[in-house]
Amino acid sequence: MEKKASRVAYGETLLELGKENPDIVVLDADLSGSTKTSLFAKEFPDRFFDMGIAEQNMITTAAGLATVGKIPFASSFAIFATGRAWEMLRQAVCLGNKNVKIVATHAGLTVGEDGATHQALEDIAVTRVLPNLTVIVPADYYETKSAIRFAAAYQGPVYIRLSRSATPVVFDENYEFTHKKAGILRKGKDVSIFACGVMVAEALQAAVRLEKDGINAEIINVSTLKPLDTETILKSVEKTGCAVTVEEHNIIGGLGSAVAETLSENHPAPLHRMGVIEKFGRSGKADDLLKAYHLTAEDVAKETMSFLKP
Amino acid sequence: MNQEEVKRLKALARKFRREIVEMVYTAQSGHPGGSLSIIDVLTYLFFHEMEYPVQNRDIFSTDRLVMSKGHATPALYACLAEKGFFPEAELSRFRQIDSILQGHPENEFVPGVDVTTGSLGQGFPQAVGMALGMRLSGSERKVYAILGDGECQEGLIWEAAMSAGHYKTANLTVFVDLNGLQIDGNVKDVMNVNPVPDKFSASHWHVQEINGHDFNEINNAVRAAHKVTDKPSVVIAHTIKGKGVSFMENNYKFHGSPPNDEQYKIAMEELAP
Ligand SMILES: Cc1ncc(C[n+]2csc(CCOP(=O)(O)OP(=O)(O)O)c2C)c(N)n1
Ligand SMILES: [Mg+2]
Repeated sequence: MEKKASRVAYGETLLELGKENPDIVVLDADLSGSTKTSLFAKEFPDRFFDMGIAEQNMITTAAGLATVGKIPFASSFAIFATGRAWEMLRQAVCLGNKNVKIVATHAGLTVGEDGATHQALEDIAVTRVLPNLTVIVPADYYETKSAIRFAAAYQGPVYIRLSRSATPVVFDENYEFTHKKAGILRKGKDVSIFACGVMVAEALQAAVRLEKDGINAEIINVSTLKPLDTETILKSVEKTGCAVTVEEHNIIGGLGSAVAETLSENHPAPLHRMGVIEKFGRSGKADDLLKAYHLTAEDVAKETMSFLKP
Repeated sequence: MNQEEVKRLKALARKFRREIVEMVYTAQSGHPGGSLSIIDVLTYLFFHEMEYPVQNRDIFSTDRLVMSKGHATPALYACLAEKGFFPEAELSRFRQIDSILQGHPENEFVPGVDVTTGSLGQGFPQAVGMALGMRLSGSERKVYAILGDGECQEGLIWEAAMSAGHYKTANLTVFVDLNGLQIDGNVKDVMNVNPVPDKFSASHWHVQEINGHDFNEINNAVRAAHKVTDKPSVVIAHTIKGKGVSFMENNYKFHGSPPNDEQYKIAMEELAP
């Protein structure tokens, strides 16, 4: 399977957008090579602001730029963009309802060797709770391209969560991200597996394994975490009767919580949440970490099996 | 400091430089540049200055060192292994999934590490807290913190500097590894944080500037810092990022990139005992 990193899609799309729209400006905090904003910086040095290692200042400055009509994209690693600068994100960006796009890379365990201090496993939780903010976790390179274009055109604050590692490509260049819409990537009748980000590819592979065991899984890509497409989620579970969620994030506050909230209020059904449970990340190769935290296709298939047939 | 002692420290630092290169090469991941720039200061502190026991680390018998620029783990871990906190063999498992040697220093994993750092700016205020607490308990031991010059762009650094100056934590000595480089390039081009010394002076600190690769200068600065009783001390250490490996010196590309096979060979030749 072809593998590509979503952060590369970001850098490339930002460069295209820079040519199309002179109002787009970009901020980074000494990680432009890693977040790929360096591509934009090279072409448009006047519209690129390296803020140095000062994420709080970066996010708050972006709110100021948006106030005078610019469309700022601010980038760093997910842990710093949403963690270090969270209250600035809350007050200046979300409470102020400014047109700021926070595109953070290096989310989740697949950061790899840098370890726990750099692996955001809580960013969906702390962004999903903020009014006015749209939260998007693209499944792959192509969905990232389309989601970045959406963010540039959309009026209002947006958070987009990207990864460091090259991960399997799920879509192709014709794919179009649709706001608020969860996508059914594979129809099924026995169980609804909801996934986001790099876990979507794992869930799709798990479905193939499950099919061999006679289980027909429906795979849903929930790339917009907020606002949530509750209609698609409910329709699927009304059909299958049960749900599994898979995310490269703590099971508290992220996709698992979002689905749990939706189901228990509208259509109570058995639910199994997969993700990181009461742990931080740690150092290691990305693939080894997914194995160690039980987040591979094999794990999804196995856990879904025992969930359905305890 | 006599010449014999300087010779001993130099030989140790050279050994640590080899271990730094070895660790980052073996892991194919990690931060060589900022480890090589600070290793002389660390060698002096760990092997000449500090009381840093492996066991019975109570606040009355143990000095503390906070690596605020947490990414320089190869330098820190080389020193901790030499001290005997864990076997030297563990260094070859740096950053691997089953190793205690996490990419950034974590006190829950690594013996000899007191506070978790790696998110820049967060080590320094923890050191201030330790200095306040130790003084309150009547400990005579010292606290040291190591900062990067890029790290000094974090607002938190200046909040910590302000509070240490305000509370006159004379038991705290900070080293700023002024190597002039960060990830995106020269510190002065990315976000000019200079003049760092003046910023500390303005926050009521005792300020010195030295060559951070000269053991006599390091020693003199620490002696002078300990004589100051009404202010915290900062030693601005002018250093060379990647010091000791020709192609890494002053090369921002080796901030966080490992050497390849060929480069590894050259580096180890240059650092041969
Ligand atoms: C809060 C935070 N933001 C960003 C990073 C990513 N990062 C790691 S090292 C580094 C550059 C550090 O430069 P400097 O402090 O000068 O270190 P040195 O040159 O001594 O290696 C950056 C931006 C981080 N670790 N923490
Ligand atoms: Mg530096």
